[in-house]
Amino acid sequence: MNTNQNEGLLTQLTLPSPPRRSFLGALLVVGGGAVSALLTVPLVRFALHPIFVKTTETSWSDIGALSDLDPSAGPVRKAIQVEQRDGWRKTTSEQSVYVTRDASGQLRVLSSVCPHLGCTVPWLEEKKEFICPCHGGIFSSDGTYRGGPAPRGMDWLETKVDAGHLYVRYQYFRQLVPTREVMG
Amino acid sequence: MNHETRGSPEVLGAVQQSGRLMRWLNRRTGVRNLLHEGLAEPIPGGARFAYVFGSGLLFIFLSQIITGIFLALYYVPSADHAHVTVEYIVKEVAAGSFLRSIHAYGSSAMILLLLLHITQTFLYGSYKGRRELLWLSGCILMALVLGMAFTGYLLPWDQKAYFATAVGTNMASEVPLVGDFIKRMMRGGAGMGTLTISRFFVAHVFLIPGLIFAFMAAHIYVFRKAGAAGPIHENPVRPRMQPQPFYPRQVLYDLAFSAALLIALGLLGHYLPFELGPKADPADAQYVPRPEWYYLPMFQWLKYWPGAKAVIGIVVIPSVIASLFALTPFLDRGLERRPWKRPISVGLYSLTLLGLIALGVISNRNDRRDPAVLQQLARQEKATADFIAAKFEPEEASRTGVPVLSPELEKGKALFSSLACNACHRPDGGGTAAGAKLKGLGKSQDQIKSLLLTPTKSMVAGGMTPVQQPDHDLAALSAYVASLK
Repeated sequence: MNTNQNEGLLTQLTLPSPPRRSFLGALLVVGGGAVSALLTVPLVRFALHPIFVKTTETSWSDIGALSDLDPSAGPVRKAIQVEQRDGWRKTTSEQSVYVTRDASGQLRVLSSVCPHLGCTVPWLEEKKEFICPCHGGIFSSDGTYRGGPAPRGMDWLETKVDAGHLYVRYQYFRQLVPTREVMG
Repeated sequence: MNHETRGSPEVLGAVQQSGRLMRWLNRRTGVRNLLHEGLAEPIPGGARFAYVFGSGLLFIFLSQIITGIFLALYYVPSADHAHVTVEYIVKEVAAGSFLRSIHAYGSSAMILLLLLHITQTFLYGSYKGRRELLWLSGCILMALVLGMAFTGYLLPWDQKAYFATAVGTNMASEVPLVGDFIKRMMRGGAGMGTLTISRFFVAHVFLIPGLIFAFMAAHIYVFRKAGAAGPIHENPVRPRMQPQPFYPRQVLYDLAFSAALLIALGLLGHYLPFELGPKADPADAQYVPRPEWYYLPMFQWLKYWPGAKAVIGIVVIPSVIASLFALTPFLDRGLERRPWKRPISVGLYSLTLLGLIALGVISNRNDRRDPAVLQQLARQEKATADFIAAKFEPEEASRTGVPVLSPELEKGKALFSSLACNACHRPDGGGTAAGAKLKGLGKSQDQIKSLLLTPTKSMVAGGMTPVQQPDHDLAALSAYVASLK
């Protein structure tokens, strides 16, 4: 320890000799450090929990019975209930998706969120196209990019069929990038 | 510094640098005097392990503040969320159960240390010799710590917390004249509910901690003014014994004790996590409430004062004991400190302490002898264990603001999203950065319809485009917009 520092310190009283005092000081530092760590590590883990935990545990949303879905005439808009974990609670929100068929006739479910800047894209029956009302992105009936400022086609969603019902896993995708990337 | 590194020029340079920084800081803050003032406190007769309890209390209080602040990251003080958020902390959040246990056991540790601190002060006669204010501020701090334990206990809103607090707040109504008012004040109404949690939360987190800080500062200040009293043979006014500075020996003792306390709390928290029972169910008529150990003597005491006599047991006798206790340094004025030479004060203190312990033991024994109570307590323990073992289920967020709409409005609402109106305006009629608020326009359906067809100049400037849709769709959409309130 620096002697200057101690000049004003503890002058009136009898003090232990310097080597002894620095040993006790070191003991304090080591002991104090060990005990602080005991509390600091769990505190840090506790505070960082929501940052590292996987909150995007997305569930399957029921679109409806397969027999009721007939997208042969063109994409059908469906409202689905999406359940999401929000910390200690579970929220349910309504989202709209389009059920359509791809070129090979397979069922395909599209997110209605425009990959350009996130507006909701309507299907225009008379034009047989998806046209985004915000900046005019144009997509074909299976979501393929046709024109406008969008960087890619409309995003398809993961689906499964269970007991005659079509289920979709609703997700959000990054906008303004040419590839379909799921957002955290 | 050891002798090998002393000669090293790099180390010497670093020390000089830090010395310069220290001088700079000191000229501006006077930190050196402050440090000197804090560390050079003379302790007559030297450092002892008997003096560690005050520092231990301060240390655990700091730990309570830190863990408390972190718990508040997840806790929500309301009757419908308090329990689920504590459950979330315990079952889901990393290290949550551990930190909550340290906080919950910490309250027991505070009270245990308080008892040890007071007992040491009493036996050593350390309240003597111009130390009345030191003692009184200590008494207030004790009441505040008990208040912290009482208010914190309710916050998890489980069965135990709910019923213990229901009993605790009911006791207040025994106070003559103002009892009922006090009870309502504490509960925020006649019954226990979400307002009770808010009140207890404010007391636990803002009010009482603030008072504790203030009285702790006063306590430490008057302690330093009077000086440490030293051992029982020392004169409390004019110390004669050879003093030793607080630093390093007493600091080391205090910190070693505090570290041992924290390690003990950590081990308890790790191996025996603090329990959380099922959510409070006020309708449960079977529940047998039992307070935490430190309130058990009072709980047992009340059983001996039925009906009209209750005011004596709950108000009069405790008030007399508390007043005698608070006035100790005024009543016991002699400078004699050796406990065996002060039979009355030490006798009364020991008797009160033994009485409290006896009451706690009797309460515990009564429970163990009553098969009906024993059975119910076992059932409650099982319910708690089952609850802790169950997987965490997130709370279903209530879906408000979704009224049942007529088919016409339902159609309008569907158009609102399919025509991407909701890209700029919120579906509930609220505004966004991109679009104006639609609720409460005060316009008729026809007015809205014509605005949809031919928007005004300012609407067009804001990005609104004419809605070109079949007439029946326009009618449905404008009916929906007109319905937004």
